[in-house]
Amino acid sequence: MTTCPECGADVTLHDDLEAGEIVDCTTCGVELEVIETAPPVLDRAPELEEDWGE
Amino acid sequence: MTVKIGVLYSRIRADEKLLLSELRERGHEVVKIDVRDLALAVDEAPEILADLDIVVDRCLATSRSVYVTQFLSAYGVPVVNGPETATVCADKVRTSLALDGAGVPTPATNVAFTTDSALAAIESFGYPCVLKPVVGSWGRLMAKIDSRSAAEAILEHKSTLGHYEHKVFYVQEFVEKPGRDLRVVAVDGEPIAGMVRSSDHWITNAAAGAETTALEIDDEIADLVAAASDAVGGGLLGVDLMETDDGYTVHEVNHTVEFKALNGSVDVDVPAAVVDWLEAKAAAEAAGEDGETTDGTELEVTH
Ligand SMILES: [Zn+2]
Repeated sequence: MTTCPECGADVTLHDDLEAGEIVDCTTCGVELEVIETAPPVLDRAPELEEDWGE
Repeated sequence: MTVKIGVLYSRIRADEKLLLSELRERGHEVVKIDVRDLALAVDEAPEILADLDIVVDRCLATSRSVYVTQFLSAYGVPVVNGPETATVCADKVRTSLALDGAGVPTPATNVAFTTDSALAAIESFGYPCVLKPVVGSWGRLMAKIDSRSAAEAILEHKSTLGHYEHKVFYVQEFVEKPGRDLRVVAVDGEPIAGMVRSSDHWITNAAAGAETTALEIDDEIADLVAAASDAVGGGLLGVDLMETDDGYTVHEVNHTVEFKALNGSVDVDVPAAVVDWLEAKAAAEAAGEDGETTDGTELEVTH
């Protein structure tokens, strides 16, 4: 469990957390990026830029 | 043999998690490299890239993928997919030329640089036809053009709002596919698995919510996938095909292929097959042509 940097609500995280992963805050809906895993540190995810993906 | 493998990324999606867990389960040393942290010197590799047996590029952003693989290649670090493949696949114009040049059937395509010449190209195809950005993904910003008035409106919007990449008009014939298209994931032209993507929408993209089922890969498909892979420089690729009255046509080749949807649609363990291939690639690099590394030093292969 950690705190959403956007709205302050608790965010439940799953076990196989990976730095660079994106999780959603179920309270405010913002996309959060996992910066560190042990202990978990979250930050607002960057917007999609230019061409992402395939 | 275990390897020290670098994973280049800017976002860890389900695909990367599948890959990371497979690599770790097999005991490989995984070095995650966030491209946002890199500053790449032209003459010397950053420390994080030292001693890597192989690097797999999982960057979502095309420009990052194209440049960082060029640096890795210049540093002598083996990378898949390589810069040649990334450069060709990142650009629809280059892809079309490569496919057509290799005799791979691909939809008829015109490229124009002004709205007037683009409109002429569209009229020569007739309606409907398709206008695509030369760089793009997930079926975004693709337009199916049904009439001259729609063509004029879209061209005006693109010329007014567009990024410079949208000043290149890529006009393609509309392929009357039967509500579905085919995606085959292959390693150096060898199919791992394929899926059929069905949708009522003309963009049958898994990321856009198409339904997926397993595809049986026949010889014709396998041959086309091998030829398409060769044409763009090989590597881990997603080859997209459509069925036409005259057989298959290859309309896209993706170089940072997503395999989560595929993995869920087929019996094949896709990440395991990808890691098998990465291991073989790393072993081949370690063995080298003459048992030496590119800088001439003797190799130490640990088993
Ligand atoms: Zn929140």
